[in-house]
Amino acid sequence: MLTYVLRRLASIIPVAFIAVTACFFILRLAPGGPFDQERALPPAILRNLRAAYDLDQPLVIQYFIYIGRLLRGDLGPSMVVQDFTVSQLLALGLPFSLMLGLFAFVIATVAGIAAGTIAAVNQNKWPDYVLVLVVMIGLIIPNFLMGSILQLVFGVYLRWLPAGGWQNGSMAHLVMPVIVLAWPHAARISRLMRGSMIEVLGSNYVRTAKAKGLGERLVLSRHAIKPALIPVVSYLGPGLSYLLTGSLIVEQIFSLPGIGRYFINAALSRDYGLVLGTVILYMAIILVLNLLVDLAYAWLDPKVRYR
Amino acid sequence: MSNLKETIIMQFATVLKGGLLAGFMAMAMSGSALAVTLNLHNGGDPRTLDPHQVSGNWEDRPVSDYIEGLMTLDAVGSPILGQAASYDVSDDGLVYTFTLRDDITWSDGTPVTARDFVVGAQRMQDPAKAADYAYLMHFIENAEAINSGEITDFDELGVKALDDKTVEITLNAPTPYLLAALAHYTAYPVPAHVIDEVGDQWTAMENIVGNGPYTPVEWVPGSFIRSVKNENYYDAANVQIDEVIYHITEDDNAALNRYRAGEFDILSSFPADQYQLLQDQYPGEAHVAPFLGVYYYVMNQTDPALADVRVREALSISINREVIGPDVLGTGELPAYGWVPPGTSNYEGEAYMPDWASEDYGARVERAQALMEEAGFGPDNPLNLQLRYNTNENHRRIAVAIGAMWEPLGVNIELFNAEVGPHYDALQAGDFQIGRAGWLMDYDDASNMLDLLKSGVSQGDGINWGNNYGRYSNTEYDALLAEAATELDLEARAALMHEAEAIAMDEFGVLPIYFYVSKWVVSPSISGFEDNAVDRHLVRYMSKSE
Amino acid sequence: MAGITRKDETLSRYADQLETLDAPKGRSLTDDALRRLFANKAAMVSVFILGAIVLIAFIGPYFVPWSYSTVDWTAIRKPPDFEKLHYLGTDQNGRDLLARLLQGTQMSLIVAAVATAVSVIIGIVYGAIAGYFGGRVDAIMMRFVDVMYALPYILFVIILVVIFGRSPILLFVGIGAIEWLTMARIVRGQTLSLKEREFIEAAKAGGAKPFTIIMRHIVPNLAGPVVIYATLTIPEIIITESFLSYLGLGIQEPQTSLGTLISEGAQVIEVMPWLLAFPAVMLVLLLLCLSYVGDGLRDALDPKDR
Repeated sequence: MLTYVLRRLASIIPVAFIAVTACFFILRLAPGGPFDQERALPPAILRNLRAAYDLDQPLVIQYFIYIGRLLRGDLGPSMVVQDFTVSQLLALGLPFSLMLGLFAFVIATVAGIAAGTIAAVNQNKWPDYVLVLVVMIGLIIPNFLMGSILQLVFGVYLRWLPAGGWQNGSMAHLVMPVIVLAWPHAARISRLMRGSMIEVLGSNYVRTAKAKGLGERLVLSRHAIKPALIPVVSYLGPGLSYLLTGSLIVEQIFSLPGIGRYFINAALSRDYGLVLGTVILYMAIILVLNLLVDLAYAWLDPKVRYR
Repeated sequence: MSNLKETIIMQFATVLKGGLLAGFMAMAMSGSALAVTLNLHNGGDPRTLDPHQVSGNWEDRPVSDYIEGLMTLDAVGSPILGQAASYDVSDDGLVYTFTLRDDITWSDGTPVTARDFVVGAQRMQDPAKAADYAYLMHFIENAEAINSGEITDFDELGVKALDDKTVEITLNAPTPYLLAALAHYTAYPVPAHVIDEVGDQWTAMENIVGNGPYTPVEWVPGSFIRSVKNENYYDAANVQIDEVIYHITEDDNAALNRYRAGEFDILSSFPADQYQLLQDQYPGEAHVAPFLGVYYYVMNQTDPALADVRVREALSISINREVIGPDVLGTGELPAYGWVPPGTSNYEGEAYMPDWASEDYGARVERAQALMEEAGFGPDNPLNLQLRYNTNENHRRIAVAIGAMWEPLGVNIELFNAEVGPHYDALQAGDFQIGRAGWLMDYDDASNMLDLLKSGVSQGDGINWGNNYGRYSNTEYDALLAEAATELDLEARAALMHEAEAIAMDEFGVLPIYFYVSKWVVSPSISGFEDNAVDRHLVRYMSKSE
Repeated sequence: MAGITRKDETLSRYADQLETLDAPKGRSLTDDALRRLFANKAAMVSVFILGAIVLIAFIGPYFVPWSYSTVDWTAIRKPPDFEKLHYLGTDQNGRDLLARLLQGTQMSLIVAAVATAVSVIIGIVYGAIAGYFGGRVDAIMMRFVDVMYALPYILFVIILVVIFGRSPILLFVGIGAIEWLTMARIVRGQTLSLKEREFIEAAKAGGAKPFTIIMRHIVPNLAGPVVIYATLTIPEIIITESFLSYLGLGIQEPQTSLGTLISEGAQVIEVMPWLLAFPAVMLVLLLLCLSYVGDGLRDALDPKDR
């Protein structure tokens, strides 16, 4: 297994490296630069600024400077939020983003598996229909719309929950963001779970187990759940990417201090260092989590061995 | 006997007073229960809290609450004495001598000295610091030369410490708006004693000190900046609010929702579309007030079609400015026919108003069509123009509206939007035909507006057009402004500037569209917030009732 | 954002099936699936509604009294008004919402279709090469696809769109470039099963170049898989487009798209609800139908998964 993990890591690194390189050069091809602003800067000042950030060097040299720094774990300065370095900004935002993502991920997975199982057991009865409706709402309403509506209803009209922000650190601030983030994710998981559970429940060995006189609950927990989980787990990896895109939106609507907002703002203002830093961080998180998911997959499904 | 009695009573009273005072102190110290917190929605993340590196109003707000210049502003935005106790002006208007207050210290207790102001002014012009707004202080003797690297000895700068408490400022020319300019963040002092130790790191939260009414203590990027009252501030006794949280929320709709949910006390902007809702459901809370700035379109006069004054006139008179503010935006911005916003100081005299402004709109469009035809354009030979704007809902709307107004002239408009940075980059490079721009005046003086249309200056291998994106150029205009710059008599100076404005406007050098309004929402529990033309509101004048 | 049709899961399984089946069955798998789909009532009703939406979006504008960019100065931000012929009301610029809604639907459909086409082309080229040459080439190329699956593409699309402006073409290419991975796997599977067949052996023996063989013998056999792939991919792209619109990275004015209309409508939900309601209904209808078709397709591909 260790060699498998190492091999996986070894194949991730060149891809990540190519992605970072591509990002670096695409960013520089773009019109505009980090020091463009409403008021024209005198050329002398612009020259000073560009020199301070090594932007006066040839592009290839800049690239090697960047990679050299990167290898030493230094993501460089942020040009747009000058009082912080890229590493500082990301270190400040990361715990929050991770917490939000983790909550949403866990809640969505648990809720999705539970709902899918209930629906499968009650196939074509009312719990099944209710589930289909809830799933459809989660999948079809764009999450920015869902966020705005929840904010208006529960934050402004009813005042049950804070309408945004995070300065108090209370869990109430997380309720709406997590719901918006987790709903579509849970919807997809529950659909997967329902399908595979129905399949498993119809399979011979579950029928055999039932015929032996085991109670339904016992059959479910002992025989059906684990094989039914296989497609769900294989979805969790790609699902992470959906969570990421969702978090870009949710952080914006509820003004949360995660790293998603930086990414968009930094791209808009050509803060090269911050964009690259965010991409690298996201990529690292997603690749590592994918690896974990694959390990879980191998554990669940004896047929899959570490390739 | 009576003496003794008196003494006892007096002592008793003293003890009582002291006890009460101590009690109040303890209560005040024990904090949150009594502390008054202002939740202010402030827009984006500041780039920095260094007053010499900032340039936006969302940066000005936290900065101007923690650092104070020689002059500061009162609640209605007029300059008043700040760290200076008094000043003298030389007869020729070139030398100002400021005497600092006796009782001023930085928030760490170190006295504020004249040196702090000198170091601040030198830092502003230091080429290595590359301050964006260094040019705003170029009226100071030798500032420009130091900034461009011609003079390397910073002590040549016209800001000098005569002693610990006296600052002398020498100017290139009499500058009637000097006192207002000194209330701007570009003229703020810096804590020289901290900079000596930590250099540019002085704005890091563990190092930062201020001489203003508040001191920043916490900054969570993307979330908020928190400042607390500075007890060392000379006017601390009159500062009512104990803690200010400058919330960072770029989405105006989300911010409004949080205001309505009771989470914010003040919003520094609101979406124009919600104005009606605010008026209906929260009467009196939305503050829409004119302030010094113009929203305009620049026409690139190196483009052959736009070099033709007839085309420029046709484009200008066919814009129905009366519907932009009230209908398209919905917040009632005033139509702009001239260049200098109404209410600008040092600008006595009648505001520029062209005759065609009062003409019937239909007739204007007909005349514009005739002008276009004269210039060789018409239905069979349409003029194709690209209109660039920076990505923003309001800019988009205005571009769509004006594009529709130009349609009858046979002008085909292609809209093109980009982010702020690349947009202005294209404008500055002259890489556009029509471009959206806006100018919020840096200080309250007409010259700040009129300088925008001065011809470029030769610089090295090319001409530096600065912020005159359209490359409008008229020697007479330039001469009038040069004359005004040295004119001591304010009325004569205003007359010269009015004359210049009329020249540029009669030639349609630029297309002013509307004068900006500030859009705040202020909770009824807040008092001391006054609408003002410079749109700067110091928290020290505000108070909050529960 | 994506994942509405369980596209990845369904298509991966489909690709695996294509690969493991013998060539003749490989074709009939797709044909059988499509035949079963035509027997599915809900899916067919959805196909019918979808057809109607497409028809209205493309022909409707000729019957609407306003064009999507015409400004009616007498009706700025007005609710639906039949007298003035603004059946769905107007926006803040006085433009007719019905005209804009039709244009926006059109644009969303075009973006989805072209982006799908882009991903199909990339997928065909990549998958056919991997499948045709097999061996080490195949192993490396497919390993690359596996790793690419894990990259956060949306970040790259955002960077592209932010940087190179918001032309529809870029949206097509950007989104298309995300979605090609699955298509590559399908094509590879199909190619693997086809390349053992006599007519390809014969062509090889006759000295035909790989490119010619791929173009002449393999691509024509991909019609069925492309239909299946497109059905499941289009809704994903519509949602991705609306997501980008919310971030302000949508279509250039005066054109619009469903996503742009909805994200603008969401800003004025209380003051001008019609600007949100009508586009939202259209989007929901569109996605609902597409998702029914997708469900039908999945059942058709894998009849035992019911």
